[in-house]
Parts: sequence; structure tokens; C-alpha cells
Amino acid sequence: MPAGRTFRDLDWSLLSISLLICGLGVLQIYSATNGTKWQGAWWRQIIYILTGLLMMWVVANVDYHSLMGHVYWLYAASLALLLITELIGSRTFGSTRWIRIGGFTLQTSEFVKIVLVLLVARYLADLKFEHIDWPDLLRLGAMVAVPFFLVLKQPDLGTALTYLPILAAGVLVAGLHWKHMLAIAVVAAVCLPIGYHFLKPYQKDRLVTFMDPARDPRGSGFQVIQSKIAVGNGGVWGRGVTKGSQTHLGFLPVPHTDFIFSSFAEEHGFLGVVVALVLYLLLIMQVAENAQSAPDRAGVFIAMGIGSLLLFHVLANVGMVVGRMPVVGIPLPLMSYGGSNAWSIFLMLGLINSVRLRRFVNR
Amino acid sequence: MQLNERETEHDQISSDRLLRDDTKSVTRKIAGFQYFVVAIFIFLASGYWQLQVQNPDVYVEAAARNRVKSTPILAPRGKLLDRDGRVVVDNKASYALILNRDQIKWEHLPAIAEGLHLDYNDLTALLRRKSSQPQIIIKSELTADDIAFIQSHRDAATFPEMDMIGSWRRLYPQDGFAAHLMGYVGEISESELDLPAYASYHQGDIIGKEGIERQYNDQLKGVDGQRRVLVDNLGRERAVVDPHDQLQATPGKDLKLALDLDLQAVAELAMDDKRGAVVALDPRNGEVLAMVSRPTFDPNKFTGRISRADWQQLAGDPYKPLLNRAIQAEFAPGSTFKPIEAIAGLETGVIDSQTHFHCSGGATFYGRYFECHLKGGHGDIELHRAIAQSCDVFFYNVGNRLGIDRIAEYAEMAGYGHKTGIDLPNERESTMPSTRWKMRNFRQKWWAGETISVAIGQGAVTISPLELAAAIGGLGMGGKWYRPHVVKDATPELIREKHFDPGNLAQVISGMYGVVNEDGTGRAAQLPNVKVCGKTGTAQLAATELTKHSKDLKNNAWFVAFAPMDAPEIVVCGLYENGEESFNTVPIVRDVMKAYFDKKDRIRGGKAAMARLAPPLLLSFPKWEAPPAAFEPQPMPAVAMLQFAFGGSR
Repeated sequence: MPAGRTFRDLDWSLLSISLLICGLGVLQIYSATNGTKWQGAWWRQIIYILTGLLMMWVVANVDYHSLMGHVYWLYAASLALLLITELIGSRTFGSTRWIRIGGFTLQTSEFVKIVLVLLVARYLADLKFEHIDWPDLLRLGAMVAVPFFLVLKQPDLGTALTYLPILAAGVLVAGLHWKHMLAIAVVAAVCLPIGYHFLKPYQKDRLVTFMDPARDPRGSGFQVIQSKIAVGNGGVWGRGVTKGSQTHLGFLPVPHTDFIFSSFAEEHGFLGVVVALVLYLLLIMQVAENAQSAPDRAGVFIAMGIGSLLLFHVLANVGMVVGRMPVVGIPLPLMSYGGSNAWSIFLMLGLINSVRLRRFVNR
Repeated sequence: MQLNERETEHDQISSDRLLRDDTKSVTRKIAGFQYFVVAIFIFLASGYWQLQVQNPDVYVEAAARNRVKSTPILAPRGKLLDRDGRVVVDNKASYALILNRDQIKWEHLPAIAEGLHLDYNDLTALLRRKSSQPQIIIKSELTADDIAFIQSHRDAATFPEMDMIGSWRRLYPQDGFAAHLMGYVGEISESELDLPAYASYHQGDIIGKEGIERQYNDQLKGVDGQRRVLVDNLGRERAVVDPHDQLQATPGKDLKLALDLDLQAVAELAMDDKRGAVVALDPRNGEVLAMVSRPTFDPNKFTGRISRADWQQLAGDPYKPLLNRAIQAEFAPGSTFKPIEAIAGLETGVIDSQTHFHCSGGATFYGRYFECHLKGGHGDIELHRAIAQSCDVFFYNVGNRLGIDRIAEYAEMAGYGHKTGIDLPNERESTMPSTRWKMRNFRQKWWAGETISVAIGQGAVTISPLELAAAIGGLGMGGKWYRPHVVKDATPELIREKHFDPGNLAQVISGMYGVVNEDGTGRAAQLPNVKVCGKTGTAQLAATELTKHSKDLKNNAWFVAFAPMDAPEIVVCGLYENGEESFNTVPIVRDVMKAYFDKKDRIRGGKAAMARLAPPLLLSFPKWEAPPAAFEPQPMPAVAMLQFAFGGSR
């Protein structure tokens, strides 16, 4: 480790913003699970955060270039991990996403994100053209598509979708000719209706429900309607910690994981929502700042990949809670309860720090 | 050359590559990303602004609706008590099943219907019909089986829409005892909901449909309360909402009736399965002591939801068991009209106690021969014997001398042509013909020949058992007519009073005494130690809606009596439809009369406590046989169409 790369040089703004968000998350997990069978999830979440911080510190001290050097091995290992999950994974809520290691269950698809960030950065950093060519675009697209479809098959549409903003951010930063962009748009427009037919019935329901939640208020529209009621019930000032009736009487689905922001909004009101959203905005802005200050294009791609991934997570989750986005089950970074997601986010923050710590290195 | 050019191009690209690993060129793109992020966050925040700041009330209310479940606490209706405070109509605590509309899943209904032994189609029809109710009672009076089914299936995972509440079943005496008087309750109908009188009622409310239940519905009906509980998403109760916020049910007020259960029981037994009615009144104040109508029905069948088969049987029965004959059957009074006519004759002076007429078994008036019921004739006959032996020829002459309008004047004084105004719904009005009546209704002149029939209570004159009891009771009181009423402790209402000449009145009453105690037509009504006065009547029938069949054209048998002669305490009127001979009705009235005086003796004999503690007679009541369900219709003979009968009457 070169001199000057010390504890002090970590991105402390990024870290403090992250920990503030984690604090809100722990508080809300505590409140939402109070008196339920998940009571005690909050201290487990604290353990996930502390171990996550440790992982972050480790990754921050690894040169991202050396990681990128081994990225194809990592990529192959990711695919193998997804296949193993498919084979020996435990099935919960009709989906095979988790593998059991010791006492923990790991959601393997969460960690694949990091590998994809590195893969996209490596591939695009190697290109030195103004625009990406078709062959490169297709090759990179295919490499992302393989884990995408593996995860989609689990089935886990939400996590699969999170891989796409990594690719999109990389490609846009690398430079895409407007003709290519148009072509992609046309292909996407054609593929979407066809793809719709391959969705699971419940996924179709969710999309239809997104368009018109009142259509079947007891069925698939239930989650969105109840979530909106919870948010509206919070009003400006909120109902207070452990006082949200929607949260505590079970009207909200999973109020400590995917719908944590809904219960947060019910108990802390619009003021709490604004504070939380400002924190997320600062978090993503700080990631973007690190992209600006990155020493090379690889660092830019890593930071931008992670920034857009976080943005997608926040947009999909926070938007879903108020019916502005269709229901896809993806967690809210740093707030939702869950080890895999917390660790994967902290690992990514570690990558950001790895980029940051090397910003003054002259080559 | 071409090759060379390509080489050069490649060199340029290579050098470009080196230049491109420079982060400066992406600065603008990153800045663009940052603007995009800000836009996304504004988009997100606006969603929360909309829900939490602009219109949170909608959602606050929705959240409250989610968590607070109200179930009705049904108020019991007031009980109906007899004059001694004995319970006639009671409430039985039971359970009812309600479905919460917003939790109903239609795919659950077949299983629920099966578990509760309900018809699936009836159930879905019921739910559709009551689309405006948040909670629908689908079955009241749950059996032990039903309750077991509900308790094992009402959990969140199976049928969370089911909820059991306490309910009250109206308990009427068995076998149609006093059924017409009590009436019955039922769910308010769509057409009733449109009436202004029921403006404060809602779909699903139980109201009195007939009889006292209907008349005193407002008093009997309680106010339902509401139990409010905090529930979770599965409908499980978490806590009771603020106890001060619970709405307690207010029970309905009990109603004490003038009815005497002992008398009623005797009257019911006496009527047995005869068709007709019995009414007992206290002529001193108009209290209804007993009221029986036959055929009867079981009001208990109406309390839940009457089955279609039961309803069709009741509604399709040609003898109309739902009709309260005591106040709704209007028949010719026959000879029971004669005391009224006698007082009219005496008061107007067309006859006196010495006036004689000769009865040779009939007489000719206006070119037409009118028979007396006694073929051989009564010979020379004066008023006293004419009443006692019910001589028709005597009264033909009296009527002829009086003329229709003077008959009508006195008859109307006694109550003919008016409703009594009893506190029961759907009372029918008696008819008293007169020249004005005929002109108004038929635009025709009155023919003097018609008066002769009216003189013996035939022709267009009609009366109901209640009206006849009230008329004769008032006469027995010396010209004081009180409005009949069914509740106890109501202020007696004197509706008409006439100061007759005491001598004239005494002569009429003495004639009625003769009916029972001398060689009269009502000797079977004699009671030891009590001077009973009465009058029989055998009325021939005109074809009316109640008499569609030839065998129903047998004469109606009337008997009306009051006692004691000098200070009447009770007047009883019996009507035995198609009873043929009036002496068939006399024992019915006698039984009721006897029961009244026996009870009075018991009480006077210091056994008051015993009498009041007598076990309810309802328990040991025999079953009435239901009228035949299918009745063979027969063609109506031409003779049945005769508008008025000109034969004898006694």
C-alpha cells in the first residue's frame, strides 16, 4: 500500500451519509418488527453493517486494477455460483435465490452485481474509441445477459433488472453513437411486448396492477394500495416510531424489507421522507463526485456503474412504495433488512474508496 | 496507396487511444448524470408530497377503515307481556353469522354455503341484493353444528370474512297462539324503505310486519350498538378500541298488553280448528282481553327468513290464514243486529214493549215474501220474545216502520259503518247501508224492499267480530262506546255516548237476557251466578272473496254476549264461519265468559297468588292442524252468486 493511503483518506462524507442511512434503516427495522416474529432483526442488521464496514475496508485497500485483472475469472466464478444456487439453493416464496452457508443464507445474485461492475469497467476501459462499436456492444451485452437470464429464471426479475443500469451507465459513459442508441431503443420496444409473454403470471399481475391498482384491490393491487395508504397515513409529521397502524397491523407487506420505506414514511411522515431522500441524493452525488475525481477511465466506470445501480435501486423501491413504479421486489440499499444486500452495497462502497484512495496516483 | 492510407488511419487511432484514457472527456457526462439524479429525486419526492401533504386525509381515513372493524350489537326487542305480566312474546339469545363485505372472496362461498347448510344460489342472491350493507347476516340462529363449522374455519387462512355476533330470535307462542294479534317481525322490505315512516331505517333492519309488532314497532324496537375492535390485516382482533367509544345497544321497551293469557288460551281451545274469530273486550274501557283468528299460522316461521315453501303454503291457502278475521273479516251480522234495531224502534217510538206482530212463518213486504227461520211461525209475538227467540217477522215489521235511515242512525251510533280505531294495523271498516250510502256508492235510489233484509242483519250490512263486540258491549253499558285497544294502562277513550231511555234499554237487555236464560236461542251460554245477556246470529252469505266455494256458503254462525247484565265487565263475540247454526258458536263464547268469571272467583277467593302463578298454558297446547295445502277448486254454483239472501235468520 503506497504511503498516504491511510484511514484518514477514506471518503468520510460517503461513509457518514451511508451510516446515517443505515441508522434510519436500523431504527425502522426495530420499529416495524417490534412485537412480530422478526423482532431482533435490528441487531442482526447492525452486525451485517459492522461486518459490511469491515468488508468495505478490505476492498478499499485492494487496488481495483488488480481486481479488474482477474475479472474474467471472477465472472466465471459468478456464473458458477448462480448455477450452484440453481442446483442446491433453498426455495423461499417460490423463488430459488439463496444458498445456505453455515448459519447464513446468501443471495448470490447480489454479489454478482459487483463482478458486473468490474467487468463492464474492464471491458470498456480497454476500448479507446470515441464510440462503442456494434461488436463490442454485443459482446458486452451478451456477457451481462448470461447472469441476467440466470437470475431471471430463479425467478427474480427485480435483481436481474438491477444488472441493466450497470451496463447502461458504462455504455453511455463510454460513448454510444446516436444511431446505436436509436437501434437499441427500437429493439427494446419490439422485445418488451414479446418479453411480457415470458413473465410469470404474478409478474404480469404486478405490471397490470401498476397501471391500475384499483382493478383488483384484494389481489395483486393490495400491496400498492396498502403501501399508499401507509404513506398517506403518515401525513407531514408521521405517526411516530412503532405507531404506524398500517405497519403494525400487518396491512403492509414485509414492512422491514422491500416495503421498509413505506413503513418509514408512515411513521416519520413527509419530513422523514425528505430527510431520507436527501441522504440518498447526497450518497449518489458523492459517488458521482468520486467518478469525477477518478484517476482513470476504469475508475470512472466503476463509480458510475455503482452510482447508477444505487439510483436504480432507490428509484424502483421508493417509487414502488407510492405507486410510481411497478412492484418489483428489490431492497432499498442500506435500509432494508438483509445481509446479502448490505454486504454487497458495502463491498461496492469499498470499490468506490479503492478508486478514491488512488486519485492522486500519477502514472 | 490504399494500404498506406489504412496504416496511417490505424496509427491515428492508436495515438487517439492513448489520449482517450483521460477522464476529462467524461466530466460532462457525469455532470449530466448528476442532473438526472436530481430530476429522479424530485420525481420521487413529488409522489410523497402528493400522498402525505396534499391529501393525506383520504389515506388516514382508509387506514382507519382498515384497522377498525365495527360489528353490530343487536338490541333485543321489547317483550310482549299479558295483563298479569306474563311473557307472551320473548327473545331467545342466539348467534348469527355475518359476512364482512370487503373481505368476501366469492370462491369461498360454495364452501361456506355447504358448511352452513345454505343454498349457494340463495346466498349469492342475498349478497347481491344487499350490496349496500358492509356486513350481511347470512344466517341467524346458528346451530351447534354451524358454530363448530364457523369456529374451525373463521381463521385468517380459511374464511376470514365470517364473523359471529350475538343475535336475538323472536320467540312466539307455539302453534299460532295469538298469532294474528301479536303479528310477527321480519326484515324491512325495499318498498317499506321508500316510505317516509321508515326513513330512519336501513336495509337489513328488523321491523314489526303485522299485528302489535307492527303497531308498536317504534316502542318495541331497540337501538343497535356497535362494537369496535382493532384488527390486523387478517381480520384478527388485536384490541378493543377505546371503551368509551363503544356504542352500547339500547333494548326495546317491553309492552304490557290488556290481553289475558288465561282467556286467550280458553278461546284458542274453544275455537279449535273451526274457521272464524273470537274477541273478548272489557266494555268499560275497551281493553282487548282475548283475540283469536282461525285458521292460524306460526309466526316463528317468519322470524328468521321464512322458507319459500312455507310462504307459498301460507299465501296460497284459500282460507287465508294470515288474515286476522277478528278485525278483517266483514260479514253480515244476521240476527245479532236485532238488539240495535230494537233500541232504534223503541227510541223512535215506532214500537213499544206492547207492540205485537203476528208471525206465521213469513210475511210479504213490497210484493215479496220474506221467511222467518221458524217455518211454523211464532204466532203473536212482542219485543221481549222476539229478541229471545229471534223472530224475523217481528223485526221485518220494525224495520219497515223505521225505514233505512233511522236504522242506519242507530246502527252507526253503535259503530256500524266506522272502524273502531283499534291500535292494530289493517282494520277493515264495517258497512251500514243508507239512502245516502247507496247514492254515494251506487248512484241509485234506496228501495224500501231492501230495508227488510237489513232489518235482520242481512243485505249490505257487514261487521267484523271486533266491531260487533264493541257495538253490543257499548249497548250493554247503556250507550257508552269505548275505543278498543290492545295495550294495558291506556287511557280509556269514550268515542260515542247516547243517553237512552232507561226503560227502553232495559227492555232490549232483558230480551238479550232471555236469549240465554229463557226459552231463547243461546241457552247454552248460561252460567251459574252470572247473568249473561247475548244474541245469536245465523247470517247467510253473499259471495265475497272469502267465500269462493259452494261449501263455504254455509251460514256463518255468530254469538255475541256480555255479562253481568247490570254492570257488564266483559263482552265476547264469536264468529264461526260456515258454522251453519248459531248454537255452534254459543259454547265458544260461553267458555271464554266462564273462564273470565271463574278466574275472577278464584282471585276473589283469596287465591289471587295462585291464579297469577298458574303455569303458562302455552306449554301444554295442542297442535293445530294446518289447513290442507292443496285445495281442490270447484266451480261456483249460480246460487252462490245471489247478492242478497231473503231467507230466514235466527
